[in-house]
Amino acid sequence: MGNERILEVKNLVVHYLTARGPLPAVNDVSFSIEKGRIVGVVGESGSGKTTLALAILRQLPRLTRIYKGSVMFHGIDLVKLSEKEMNEIRWKKISYVPQAALNALNPTIKIIDHFIETGNAHGINDKKLIVEKAVEIMKMLNLEPERVLYGYPHELSGGMKQRVLIALSMIFEPELLILDEPTTALDLLTQRLILDLIKDLHRRTHMTVMFITHDIATIADIADDVIVMYAGKLMEKGDVFTVFKNPHHPYTKALMSSIPDLTGDINKMRSIPGSLPDLINPPSGCIFHPRCPYAFEKCKREEPPAVEIKPGHVVSCWLYSKQ
Amino acid sequence: MLDTPIIEVRDLKVYFPVKKGIFGRTYYVKAVDGVSFEIPEEGIFTLVGESGCGKTTVGRTIVGVVKPTAGKILYKGKDTSKLSKEEYLEYRRNVQIVHQDPYSALNPTKTVFQSLAAPLKRWGIAKSRNELREKVSELLELVGLNPPGEFINKYPHQLSGGQRQRVVIARAISVNPDVIVADEPITMIDVSLRIGILDLLLKLKEEVGTSYLFITHDFGAARYFSAKGGGSIAVMYLGKIVEVAAAEEVIQNPLHPYTKALISSVPVADPELSRKRKPLKLKSLDIPSPLNPPSGCKFHTRCPYSTDICSKVEPELKEVSPGHYVACHLYQG
Repeated sequence: MGNERILEVKNLVVHYLTARGPLPAVNDVSFSIEKGRIVGVVGESGSGKTTLALAILRQLPRLTRIYKGSVMFHGIDLVKLSEKEMNEIRWKKISYVPQAALNALNPTIKIIDHFIETGNAHGINDKKLIVEKAVEIMKMLNLEPERVLYGYPHELSGGMKQRVLIALSMIFEPELLILDEPTTALDLLTQRLILDLIKDLHRRTHMTVMFITHDIATIADIADDVIVMYAGKLMEKGDVFTVFKNPHHPYTKALMSSIPDLTGDINKMRSIPGSLPDLINPPSGCIFHPRCPYAFEKCKREEPPAVEIKPGHVVSCWLYSKQ
Repeated sequence: MLDTPIIEVRDLKVYFPVKKGIFGRTYYVKAVDGVSFEIPEEGIFTLVGESGCGKTTVGRTIVGVVKPTAGKILYKGKDTSKLSKEEYLEYRRNVQIVHQDPYSALNPTKTVFQSLAAPLKRWGIAKSRNELREKVSELLELVGLNPPGEFINKYPHQLSGGQRQRVVIARAISVNPDVIVADEPITMIDVSLRIGILDLLLKLKEEVGTSYLFITHDFGAARYFSAKGGGSIAVMYLGKIVEVAAAEEVIQNPLHPYTKALISSVPVADPELSRKRKPLKLKSLDIPSPLNPPSGCKFHTRCPYSTDICSKVEPELKEVSPGHYVACHLYQG
């Protein structure tokens, strides 16, 4: 699309330091996010999708370190910034709504105070300005500001809390919004509402979104681009229409046929044999080879490079590598 | 259906008392409010619904953990509230449950062998240590944990979620039950392994003749399991079944507005199709409090098609086409 790239992640490696040795939760991942796109990141538990988001924000838990790579944001490498400089980026430029965020609100203060506190923490003390902004975003998210702002978190349903958190993450109009499993703990109809509201918000504001989920159908529903992760590795990426119509990586194909949906042929659905690899003792070569139906000798020996098979469509698999 | 169903639920009601207000008046949460269905011999019956609809309570009542407030549960045609002590124990052995969370269903201090040997000893299925080892190995093989020797002495923390769920299933089938209540058995399992667990349950149906009450919030899983096993799907809302039919019939041709809204909201893994779909919008997203459910049709407060009659008269579950039952005034004609 030739659009401006607002984030470029290059060869990122993140290690968890465990008693058994370093665990590469994100392993040599490169991708970029173009302005105004919704980028879906999909993977099973342990695929590294949340770690990836935390690494971008530099909010990794203790005993974790970014071992290698860079995260370029407007030409600045976020990995190299000091904590103080990073605080200027978080929430204002890149904001994050964590997974299981429904417990993230302080039960003892009103919703309006969450907005005011957030403003204060980032140096904005004009209450009126903050409340005005909060009302504006809440209206876009179909929340009644008068009722919600002066209520306490326990008075809100799960779907409302999730919307409040999205509103809270947007008060500084960030350039990039990262949503981590925003629909996971919600009932089906509330999930649908949240997805539709995010789409609607995106249409109006053209904000850039990184949407993390384990549910590949949700990605098809909401995202423009998709990144498929497995065991810390990027397996495939491209725009959703291309990747869903014509998945190339054996893992992407297997993942798609392992989802029991409502339209597919139930006789073609099957789970992926084997289980997720031990990341401290990963298999040699391609990390997916023990579960891959197409694996051949080379897959066991050497790790496949990420190959761009068409502009924007990248696959890490020896089946598509000319080397 | 000439054969006696293995389980028959007749007008089941389960009310939980709740004290409220300064005088401590007792109110009742009508978790299950008049539910009837049958699980045919070697068959599958699936309950789908959102959280709080009462589907888990139905399952727990069938296994005997919760006592019904009213209504009957018949096991092989016999009223379970009237069984003798021995018969009741036999019934409890024959109806087993698999819970949602394989992480808390296994004792972390016991090995796989210990967890599986306990019910075998309790029911005298195997006695000597050699017999127990043999039987446990057999069970592990049956649930796809091969070779059994690799798993038998492991502790739960050494197993993945999918492997633990297989151990839980092995434990449930160890006492040769006729019926398994599978309550969200794949919800906490990794996406790529979910169908494998459902296939295992279907395999047991073929090989051992197990019948299932399958409880889930996931229409995709309900369709896969019920359609493959030739079963039906019932949709629950606020303690009632609002629609029931053969699996594919419910999914492809939903009639109740609630079922329509749910099914049209499920994301589909096709970007072109999902951008064209128009989910049925409800008047409200809030599920009414089960302490004070709406009059008439319990769904009328959210239903986009509701008319005067809906708030006054509760619709009955009626057969609108062969085998397809709906509780909605739109179809009572």
